[in-house]
Amino acid sequence: MTTPDSQTFNKDQSTQEQYFTPNLSGRYKWDTVFASFTWLAVGLSVVILAVLLISVVWDGFPRLASDFWGFLTNFPSRKPEQAGLLSALVGTVWVMITVAIFAFPIGVGAGVYLEEFATDNWFTKLIEVNINNLAGVPSIIYGLLGLQLFVRFLEPMTGGRSILSGALTLALLILPIIIVGTREALRAVPDSIRQAGFALGATRWQVIWDQVFPIAIPGILTGTILALSRAIGETAPLITIGALTFISFLPENLQSQFTVLPIQIYNWVSRPQAGFHTNAAAGIIILMVVLLAMNGLAIFLRNKFQKRG
Amino acid sequence: MAVDLPSANSALWQPNRKRSKRVQFIVKSIFALFAIVSIATTAGIVLTLIYETIAFFGEVSIIDYLTDTKWTPLFQSQKFGIIVLISATFLTSGIAIIVALPLGLLSAICLSEYASPEVRKVLKPILEILAGVPSVVYGYFALLFVTPLLQSLFAWFATFPVIGLAVPELEGFNALSAGIVLGIMITPLVASLSEDAIYSVPQSLRDGSYALGATKRETVTRVVLPAALSGIVSSVILAISRAIGETMTVTLAAGQNPRLGLNPFVPVMTMTAFIVQVSLGDTPAGSLAYKTIYAVGMTLFLLTLVLNLFSFWFVRRFREKYE
Repeated sequence: MTTPDSQTFNKDQSTQEQYFTPNLSGRYKWDTVFASFTWLAVGLSVVILAVLLISVVWDGFPRLASDFWGFLTNFPSRKPEQAGLLSALVGTVWVMITVAIFAFPIGVGAGVYLEEFATDNWFTKLIEVNINNLAGVPSIIYGLLGLQLFVRFLEPMTGGRSILSGALTLALLILPIIIVGTREALRAVPDSIRQAGFALGATRWQVIWDQVFPIAIPGILTGTILALSRAIGETAPLITIGALTFISFLPENLQSQFTVLPIQIYNWVSRPQAGFHTNAAAGIIILMVVLLAMNGLAIFLRNKFQKRG
Repeated sequence: MAVDLPSANSALWQPNRKRSKRVQFIVKSIFALFAIVSIATTAGIVLTLIYETIAFFGEVSIIDYLTDTKWTPLFQSQKFGIIVLISATFLTSGIAIIVALPLGLLSAICLSEYASPEVRKVLKPILEILAGVPSVVYGYFALLFVTPLLQSLFAWFATFPVIGLAVPELEGFNALSAGIVLGIMITPLVASLSEDAIYSVPQSLRDGSYALGATKRETVTRVVLPAALSGIVSSVILAISRAIGETMTVTLAAGQNPRLGLNPFVPVMTMTAFIVQVSLGDTPAGSLAYKTIYAVGMTLFLLTLVLNLFSFWFVRRFREKYE
């Protein structure tokens, strides 16, 4: 039984050897095709980004060019030519400053605790797993949390659908990003610096404050700015907690009602009239310029930081 | 003179270890509290969702919720068939991943295997910008650029003699353009996570493959990609989870029509779009509509959580370890 089997096997092998041709030119041809496809994919991403930016500028620039100052300083209006971004711009500034006031110290503090103080126990692990999971929670779910916790439960303090509620919601949303960024920045500081500090008799906190922070602060700031630039474009959680889409007054304090840039843009895009679509494009230009400026600052800080390290 | 200085300094030097340690204890305690904020956030999310969802199921039977085929919570005859919203969410996310998988994976291969370091340095920030564009901007792009473009494309196809009859009409709101733009949105995520996985495959595997006479393409497709498969699969799952939770693009471009089925050419309503629709109206707390958004939120949360956990588990379980 086995003999014919092995014979056929041998025969197969010999035929294979006989017919084996390296066919290098054919394989190299497929190599070129494959490589071109990968370049095509990358090229397509670049082209899409370009088309996105160009189409927005094409639609929105005439609005900015005709009445730039009016667009920035007018309240929203029923007439697209008179509608402006004022309440949205001011609202965004208020919200972002409040977000930074809450998220920066809490995020950096939590990052320092996890990286410098915490021992490697179940509690630390729990927090780490938890932070990883939080990063994957859809932003609109944070909106539902904010609606229940800040808008309803803490209404006496936050004033309901207010700047404070929105800012706290966004602060929770970006906290994981700041914590992770802080930890990375702290990890980049060489241990020898800490050991030198301990050798001189400093406590752990003194070492962190006097030696580690001065080196890590550019990295921490980079992470924070990137996190804030994420918050500035967030729309869904703020709509969920009830930020208004049409608002014709400026906020007076943290308990005022508010709107922000992306919500104003959303409102304009969702209207049927073409005039509002132009306004939306113009608003997007403003939003993207702010975002690019923030990202540019973050990249600048990162490069400076890398050079020193 | 020089000898005097240290002694003068040491007279001033008063070590106060007790005070330093007290300060350190206070700082450490406060920072530990800050770290607990993240746990409190998760607890808060889970508790609010559970609390309102239980209240919701007090009024609506869970069997109706899972089996009804109509979604009309704001009408007179209320029907709560979540399957309608889930089908729309899966439709847009499915289209998104059809776009993002080839685009993201090929980009990752290009960046890690073909691009020179200089080109990489230019391309990576471009992908990062693509990832940082706010979703409302993608919504604008989908509704006011991609949809008109596809509509004229469809109209052009319809002029063809035979196939023209089979070309459907594309409505102003549709799952197709929302899904395509959603795919563009999650492409950077697939690309950067897959690239990390591909990049971490050791060079010795590639060298071994070249030594056996394989070409670069053969090495990439038969050695590198299988070795990086766990990371690639997990990046794709994470991207799907991101697409499911995405809100503004689908709200703006896919429309607000709860409709069961997988037809990509008509308006549909995703889970996230429903939450936005209700939030924009004035819903008093405690009303059924208010509880409904929490029930939908709970469904969304569970879906993304399962996908995220599966993705983490998959990497840990199937990662190839090379030393």
